[in-house]
Amino acid sequence: MTIAPSVPPSRLRESGGDGRLAALFIAPALLGFTVFLLWPTLRGIYLSFTRFNLLTPAEWVGLDNYVRMVHDPIFWDSLQVTVEYVVINIGVQTAAALAIAVLLQRLTQSSVLRGIVLTPYLMSNVVAGVVWLWILDTQLGIGNQVIGALGFDHVPFLADEDWAIPTIALINVWRHVGYTALLLFAGLMAIPEDMYEAARVDGASEWRMFWRITLPLLRPVLAVVLIMTVIGSFQVFDTVAVTTMGGPANATNVLQYYIYGAAFGRFQFGYASAMSVALLVVLSAITFLQYRLTRAGQSDLG
Amino acid sequence: MRSVRSAVALAGALALSLVAGCAKGGGAGAGGNTVTYWLWDANQLPAYQACAKGFEKENPGLKVKISQLDWDDYWTKLTASFIAGTEPDVFTDHIQKFGQFADLKVLEPLDDLGIDASDYQPGLADNWIGQDGRRYGAPKDWDTVALFYNKKMTQSAGLTPQQLNSLAWNPKDGGTFEKAIAHLTVDVHGKRGDEPGFDKHHVKVYGLATGGGGDGDGQSTWSSFAASAGWNYTDKKRWGEKYRYDSKTFQSVITWYFGLAKKGYMAPLTDYSAGANPANAQVAAGKAATALDGAWMLSTYAAMKGITFGTAFTPAGPTGKRATMMNGLADSITKNAHNKEGARKWVRYLSSDACQSVVGRYGIVFPATPEGTKAAVAAYGKKGIDVTAFTEPVTDKKDFRTFTFPITNYAADVFALMHPAMQGIYGSGRSVGSLDQTNDQINLILSQ
Repeated sequence: MTIAPSVPPSRLRESGGDGRLAALFIAPALLGFTVFLLWPTLRGIYLSFTRFNLLTPAEWVGLDNYVRMVHDPIFWDSLQVTVEYVVINIGVQTAAALAIAVLLQRLTQSSVLRGIVLTPYLMSNVVAGVVWLWILDTQLGIGNQVIGALGFDHVPFLADEDWAIPTIALINVWRHVGYTALLLFAGLMAIPEDMYEAARVDGASEWRMFWRITLPLLRPVLAVVLIMTVIGSFQVFDTVAVTTMGGPANATNVLQYYIYGAAFGRFQFGYASAMSVALLVVLSAITFLQYRLTRAGQSDLG
Repeated sequence: MRSVRSAVALAGALALSLVAGCAKGGGAGAGGNTVTYWLWDANQLPAYQACAKGFEKENPGLKVKISQLDWDDYWTKLTASFIAGTEPDVFTDHIQKFGQFADLKVLEPLDDLGIDASDYQPGLADNWIGQDGRRYGAPKDWDTVALFYNKKMTQSAGLTPQQLNSLAWNPKDGGTFEKAIAHLTVDVHGKRGDEPGFDKHHVKVYGLATGGGGDGDGQSTWSSFAASAGWNYTDKKRWGEKYRYDSKTFQSVITWYFGLAKKGYMAPLTDYSAGANPANAQVAAGKAATALDGAWMLSTYAAMKGITFGTAFTPAGPTGKRATMMNGLADSITKNAHNKEGARKWVRYLSSDACQSVVGRYGIVFPATPEGTKAAVAAYGKKGIDVTAFTEPVTDKKDFRTFTFPITNYAADVFALMHPAMQGIYGSGRSVGSLDQTNDQINLILSQ
């Protein structure tokens, strides 16, 4: 079967004119993209093949940095720590955000409530980290005072190897859950109300409506939110830098923190770049996989 | 304080200090008549101010501007200043940082200063020669490690200063050293560590204070033991290319040393904190009877309220010798110094007897020249502090072995790998054999 060209000739000429105008509109963004994203990425990849200490010229060393990375127990350890963090952080955050969003949609339309949900997000990560560090301090923190008053032993939330990562993950859930909930809430608003009306006429329960209407129709938004939050989650740094500095005994030495230490602490910009490239590859793979698995590009509405 | 342990903090706030470094710059960029000089030890500031006065008298028209920054800030600011171009003309250099600064090519060669190694305590001057064979530091001072003890506790344990000065150890049964440490340990029921029924989980006073995992150098933790067992950090004295943390000798020493904690004679790792609870704080609090610590801590121990302390040699090891690290600081000139001529004159003066004797008289540090050392010993004596345990190892080569920090490239990376590795063995019971892998990684980096 052949398809006849349906675009009239006059339209082609017109789109040529549009193209030039479009290029003009894109130019500023393209410039920014090139200068601030593309060039640094390419330069980072180049530096990953060099020995570079910032003060003397970079020296080409081939795959040395990658060989070192593959053998580096701390690199693999920090990758594992990072994944553990992401799993806890994203798991709890997505479930909690979804619950909040659905409650906001089904129970109330109050914008005051929406504002309250968002408040932790208005705080900077560093401030949130410091405040929680104080609250959770083993001896003096008010959180542990409360735990002590209830008759339990104090918990070294940020000072214990096993507790530290879950604690940091939950601190960041606390800060980001409102924002994530709001994004999901926006997605929920796009689901037509008549679907719920029809379901209610058929006698469906809220629970059933959630699984049969809300979740399937929210999927594309949920997928995009997941992709964004997972990438953001992999980049955890500030909370770690403020609360634990990677300790105790590297238990919270997340990849970004290790990369930062290698570059700005030990002036191994080449090796740090190699690890950054590895992180880029991991993130690209995860994003690609998520995109395919969740069919984020398609909607069932329609 | 001089240990690299504090280098962790270097990674901490560099991004911030890059900004701060630009803004403050520690008084760099001064005119042609001023020499800027940085040091980190606040206790030494008055001594060097006195030194600067003498220098200014000898060199009319030249002025020395001294800035003192605390250890953590010091290295962050210094590194940032190299990048921002606001570095001091002269700064106090640490051997553990030397390799990195040499690699960054920010130091000025000092070959033409006419520094003669024989003018200083043996070994101090040679450490500051880079891989290119040029000198980058002028010897300034030195320190060794000895056993500090709480006199009241050793007396009640029936241990005389003579006994404490003649202890010996070995990695098999710990020798008389372990016996003494065990006897000094007391549990909550008043039972000593070598008595039947000793409760190692409820210890009131540990025989030996903990200095943490010791990272890659073990300066005031395991290094005295490892060296007295004949072990060396690297394959060469300076600029070695292979570390030896995989050596069976080393690993047997580590097993024994951290084993003291398992037996209840040394506090567990969780009781240690570089900032809040270092070895000297455990002694001050009466939680430990002895501590291996450096000469730079003498004034801290002397200032402890209600505690009289004594010092003893480190125990003799399987080689028959007693061993201590002998570390020395130096003054280095920066490559982009604003006043290079003045800086040279100042460093020549700093490394001379004239200045070092003045510094010695303050009794806070051992200057590098024998003359300066003599002045310091006298000054300590005047304060009632006997420093034989620190000076004897330097003069008596027959019974003592002194060694330096490992001087290699990538010292910061070695630290980054060894810090968690040693903590893992000490704190989480990881096998000492796991050091093989860490050592392989270190040697891989050095080979690149």
